[in-house]
Amino acid sequence: IWGSHICRVRGLSSSSGPRVCIVGGGPAGFYTAQQLLKARQDAAVDIYERLPVPFGLVRFGVAPDHPEVKNVINTFTQTAQHERCSFHGNVNVGKDVTIDELRQAYHAVVLSYGAEGNRSMGIPGEDLPGVFSAKDFVGWYNGLPSNKELHPDLSFETAVILGQGNVALDVARILLAPVEMLKETDITQNALEALAGSKVRRVLIVGRRGPLQIACTIKELREMVNLPNTRADMLPADFEGIAEALKDLPRPRKRLTELMMKAVKEGGDDKAEKCWGLRFFRSPVEVLAGADEKRAAGIRLALNKLEGSGESVRAEVTGQLEDVDCGLIISSIGYKSIPIDPAVPFDPRRAIVPNEMGRVQDTAGLYCSGWVKRGPTGVIATTMNDSFDTARVLIQDMEAGKLDLSVNKPGAQAITALLQTRGVRMVLFSQWEKINAEEEKRGKSLGKAREKLLDVDEMLCRAK
Amino acid sequence: MAAFTAVRAAVSFTQRFVRVSRDCSVCPLYRLNVCTGAAVDGFSAPNRRLPKRAGWVDLLLYSRVNVVFIDRSGQRIPVKARVGDNALHLAHKHGIELEGACEASLACSTCHVYVSSEHYEKLPEPEEREDDMLDMAPMLQENSRLSCQIILTPELDGMELTLPKVTRNFYVDGHVPKPH
Repeated sequence: IWGSHICRVRGLSSSSGPRVCIVGGGPAGFYTAQQLLKARQDAAVDIYERLPVPFGLVRFGVAPDHPEVKNVINTFTQTAQHERCSFHGNVNVGKDVTIDELRQAYHAVVLSYGAEGNRSMGIPGEDLPGVFSAKDFVGWYNGLPSNKELHPDLSFETAVILGQGNVALDVARILLAPVEMLKETDITQNALEALAGSKVRRVLIVGRRGPLQIACTIKELREMVNLPNTRADMLPADFEGIAEALKDLPRPRKRLTELMMKAVKEGGDDKAEKCWGLRFFRSPVEVLAGADEKRAAGIRLALNKLEGSGESVRAEVTGQLEDVDCGLIISSIGYKSIPIDPAVPFDPRRAIVPNEMGRVQDTAGLYCSGWVKRGPTGVIATTMNDSFDTARVLIQDMEAGKLDLSVNKPGAQAITALLQTRGVRMVLFSQWEKINAEEEKRGKSLGKAREKLLDVDEMLCRAK
Repeated sequence: MAAFTAVRAAVSFTQRFVRVSRDCSVCPLYRLNVCTGAAVDGFSAPNRRLPKRAGWVDLLLYSRVNVVFIDRSGQRIPVKARVGDNALHLAHKHGIELEGACEASLACSTCHVYVSSEHYEKLPEPEEREDDMLDMAPMLQENSRLSCQIILTPELDGMELTLPKVTRNFYVDGHVPKPH
C-alpha cells in the first residue's frame, strides 16, 4: 500500500503493485502466497507447478488414512481462488521456462519446489528388485504419476524399513492396516488391491541409533500400537537404561518414550496375525540377493553402539553383523532436493538452496521457502511457519527498497505468452477443479473419497 | 448492548415457551446454541456449571464471556464472546493470526496458545489426542493448549490467550539439524 501510494503521488507509471512468482504448488508455495497476499493489498502472486494438479506432498505424501491433515487444502484453495493469485499447473520450471526468464518477468521469485529426490543408502544391492525408497512407495499408494508402474511385490512375509521417521511409520501402517481401514480413503485402487492380496505379515522398522533418538512423533507411534490385529515385537535389550533416563526428558520425548516402553512391556495380542517391531542400533550395510541373484532376499545390518550424549549422540560400528531375511526393503532415510536451474546456487552437501533467512545467497530478488530452504524435515505446520518467515522477509525487502518496485514487470502475461510459443499447455486452477470433480466422481462409484487420476495426459484431457 | 437485549428477549420467550413444550430440540435458544439450561425452575440444566434456579439476570451475566487475545507482537485484543464459543473460531472471527490448518480435527498444532494460569486450571483435561498434537508445538509450556479444543464457559470470563512468538529455524521437537 505504501509503495503504490508513493507511485500515485509521484505519478510513476507503476500501474500495478509488486508481482511475485512462486515456483512450486505445495504447502510452502501456498503458504508463502497466502502471507504475501495478506501483507500487501497490491501484490499479485503467481504459482507455477510442474504437475497439472496442485498441493504437492499434501496430496502425494500425507497418508490416505490421515484425511484431516489434508484439510489444509481448503485454505490453499481459497488462496488459489484469490483475485490477486493465479495458479499455473503443468509448467516445468527449469525446462519449459528458466529462472532467469521468471526473474525478468517478476519483481521477486520464490523457490518452493521441495525435495523430489531421495537419499540413497549407498550400499551394495540397493538397486536389486524388491528395494524401494519410501518416497516411491508412498508415491505409489498416493497416486504420484511417476510411481504408478512401481508394482511392489508384496508376496513376502517380512518387510524391513530403514529409518524411523513418520514416513517410515506411515509405510509400516499402510502395509499392515486391515483393508477395511483403507478402502474408503483416497488410496489408489491398484494399491488397495495389491495390499488386499499382500502376504506381508511382519514389518521391522530399523534405526541407526537408540530409542531416545527415534525421529517419529507420538501420534504415528500410537497408531501402530493401536493397529487392529497386530502385535508389537520389540527387543527388550534395545531398551536398557531407557527407564532411568525418562525423568529428565522434555515432555514430548518423555511421552513418546513412555509409549514405546509400554509397547515393549505389553506386546499386544498373541493371537494377532501380524506384527511390527522397532529395531535399534542397526545400520544397513548390504542388501543380500536370493539364490537366483535376481532379487533382494535379505538385508545385512551392522550393529552400532552410541557415543556422545544429548543432541550429538552418534552411532559407531561395533563390527558385529546381523542378517534378516526379507523380500521387501524400503529405505526411508530422507528426501532430498535437487538443483532446478544452473542459474540458481545449490549446496550439494546439504542439498538445499543456500540462503540467509530465505534470501538466496548472492542473488537479489530470489527467495526460497519450505524444504528446499531448510532441508526435508518437519510437518506441514513447520513449513507453514517457515513460509510465513520467507514472505515477511520478502515484504521487508520491498518496503526497504531492496526490490525495485518502480520498474513495471509484466508477470504472468509475459510468461504465459512465452509458454504458448513453446507449446506448453498450462492448467489453471479452474481446470484443476474439473480434474478434482472427476476424481471425486470416480471415487464415489468405488465408495472412496476420491480415485486419483494417475496419468498426466489423462489429467490434461480432463482439464479441457 | 444488542446482545443483552437479545438475551432478555430470549429468556422471556423461553419462560413462556417451556409452558407449551419442554422439548429442547424445538427451542430456538437451544438451536442457536445459547441455551444455558437454567431459564426455569424444574428444567434439567445441561450446563451443570450454572445454578439450577438461575433467573434472567444470571443469564445476562453468564452468557457473555470476555476473552483477551494477545497476538504475536504483544498487542492485547479484547473480544466479547459467548458461552459455547470455540476459541479458535472466535480468533478467526476477529482476525487473530491463529492458522488452524487442520480445521479443529486434532491433526496439527497451529492453533497453539498459552492460557492465563488461573483459567488454565478451569479447562477440562486435554484428551490424549490433543496432548499428542501439543507435543509437536514449538515452545510448549505448562499452560499450553490447542485453542480449537477450548469451548467457552462462564468461569473462563477474563481468560487471556497468548499466541506463542514463533521463531525462525525451529523444528518440531526442538532438534537442531546436523549437516549431512
